[in-house]
Amino acid sequence: MEKIRTGINRLTEGFSYLETNVYKYRIILYAGGLSLSMLLPVFGFSQYMTRIFIMIGIYTMLALGLNILTGYTGLVSLGHGGFFAIGAYTTAILMLRFQMNFLIAVMIAMVFTGICGLLLGLPTLRLTGTYLSIVTLGFGEIVRMVIMNFDTVTNGTLGIRNIPRPSFFGFELTLANHGLFYLMLVLLILVTYVCIGIQNSNMGRTLRAIKADELAAVMMGIRSSRYKVGAFVVSAVLTGLAGGYYASLVSYIDHNSFTFDVSIMILSIVILGGMGTIRGMFLGAAILVAFPEVARPLMEWRFVVYGLVLILMMRFKPQGLLGWRSRLPYKIPVLKRSQTYREEKEANRRGR
Amino acid sequence: MAYLEVNKISIRFGGLTAIDKFDFKVEKGQIVSIIGPNGAGKTTVFNILSGIYRAAEGEITFDGRNLKDKSPQEIVSLGMARTFQNIRLFYDMRVIENVLIGTHIRTGYRFLDGLFRTKRFHLEEGEKIRYAADLLKTVGLEKRIHDYADNLPYGEQRKLEIARAIATGARLLLLDEPAAGMNPQESEELRQFILQLKNQGYTILLIEHDMNVVMNLSDYIYVLDYGKKIAEGKPQEILENQQVVAAYLGEGEVE
Ligand SMILES: Nc1ncnc2c1ncn2[C@@H]1O[C@H](COP(=O)(O)OP(=O)(O)O)[C@@H](O)[C@H]1O
Ligand SMILES: [Mg+2]
Repeated sequence: MEKIRTGINRLTEGFSYLETNVYKYRIILYAGGLSLSMLLPVFGFSQYMTRIFIMIGIYTMLALGLNILTGYTGLVSLGHGGFFAIGAYTTAILMLRFQMNFLIAVMIAMVFTGICGLLLGLPTLRLTGTYLSIVTLGFGEIVRMVIMNFDTVTNGTLGIRNIPRPSFFGFELTLANHGLFYLMLVLLILVTYVCIGIQNSNMGRTLRAIKADELAAVMMGIRSSRYKVGAFVVSAVLTGLAGGYYASLVSYIDHNSFTFDVSIMILSIVILGGMGTIRGMFLGAAILVAFPEVARPLMEWRFVVYGLVLILMMRFKPQGLLGWRSRLPYKIPVLKRSQTYREEKEANRRGR
Repeated sequence: MAYLEVNKISIRFGGLTAIDKFDFKVEKGQIVSIIGPNGAGKTTVFNILSGIYRAAEGEITFDGRNLKDKSPQEIVSLGMARTFQNIRLFYDMRVIENVLIGTHIRTGYRFLDGLFRTKRFHLEEGEKIRYAADLLKTVGLEKRIHDYADNLPYGEQRKLEIARAIATGARLLLLDEPAAGMNPQESEELRQFILQLKNQGYTILLIEHDMNVVMNLSDYIYVLDYGKKIAEGKPQEILENQQVVAAYLGEGEVE
């Protein structure tokens, strides 16, 4: 047992040292990583492999979405499969019934999922811990019930077939022409950008403060309820985006595409990768999506394995594989900007 | 009218009258202390002032405004901020981030500014970060800016908690037993620090057991026992008050 702990810790230590040393070259690294992923299709992978890469991308987006709520704010949701389903169904229905373009359908789906996030976030404001988890779990199941019984809109248990692929100016994106892969890449970059923006602004800082000590945050004048609901909405919107893309990718969805397993899978990625990190979502998704493909015989047991992973992580490394405290100094911007700011203010005053 | 004026506030928890018609006032620039045995209701007074609890009766006026029905956020933005008896920092965050959370109430940029990193975001964020760094310098934590809050020794955690309260822009600081758990040297340092705050123009309402701190700093002292005010006066008058001595002897807290 001790060995496991020291093993995992040493691994993270290693990564952490790496961070300090490669930070200077981060631009090169990002550019390298990006161009490598862009070149992936060129290496001539089979559609099967491309599909796995795409699934990793989708689950990274899902984890990034849940991470806003669970990683930063500390609100554990067991029902994100519900938001995933809402995003997917809304996109599918809009594309099929109203012949909408994928982009427009997805954007409407994101708004709608966000509203659902608001509707779930508001009444659960006072709940934390296990109570909140149970309510969100119920939410995921209710979404499934609605899908199964609201036949006129969702086609009930038969599911929705023949969802069109995304197409732009008459050009259809498919697996074969790698269009779907690149679309995933674009969406993933977008979602990551949003998450970085949140992390580095007062929203991210506030969410972490609420997780650390909500009462202390309130006593510093923070309207914690607003931020918690905000986290629900943003989290739901990002999850809805992933859902919309998923629907268009697989072109057939039904209530079984969005079971409790999916919610657990997303949560497992967040915990394994490292709550409150962005890098961790990529690694977590890569490991947990690729795992059942690599270990086919274990397929039936994969949820036992996920459960085990969760328990082991909680026991030995609650920060997750890539969750460490940065040793880099906090960035303090140079004074220049403040001077320009003052000058501007002065100029404005004189102008008036 | 005084800066902070509290008029006959009471609060009950079930059958217990935790605060019973307590009134006191604090003039601008003063250090006023509330002392009393454990369980007397001192922290409860802070909880009422900062908007966690509502007084069942009585009035509170701060800076000319009635605090009735004001939310904690409104009270902070009016210029009152507090610390906690058991330090409550954001332990998983850096020292400077703790202070930055304090500045958020004065930060004007919106969610979308942060998302798209607009000019406004850069200007305000830069300004607040430098303000936080400067503030940490003035309280003597400049070497700790990049550290995580839980790596600080006890005395510095107390200072950080006060700095975080200052960062909200508050001019009235409510300090709940800041010297608790400090050794004599640390508590002497703290005394100097609070004095420095007073000289910078802050008004301080202090709950404290450490008599070295209380008697040397306070302009005025209120003594609370079982939720009732049993005495008030200048430090010398309190020291000579028989009722106060009795209340403390009952608790066995006289050193
Ligand atoms: N939320 C509460 N519910 C019930 N009783 C409380 C609550 N808060 C404080 N009390 C009671 O009020 C009394 C005063 O507590 P407190 O203000 O913490 O005392 P002090 O800070 O002077 O040591 C105590 O008897 C305490 O048990
Ligand atoms: Mg107390």
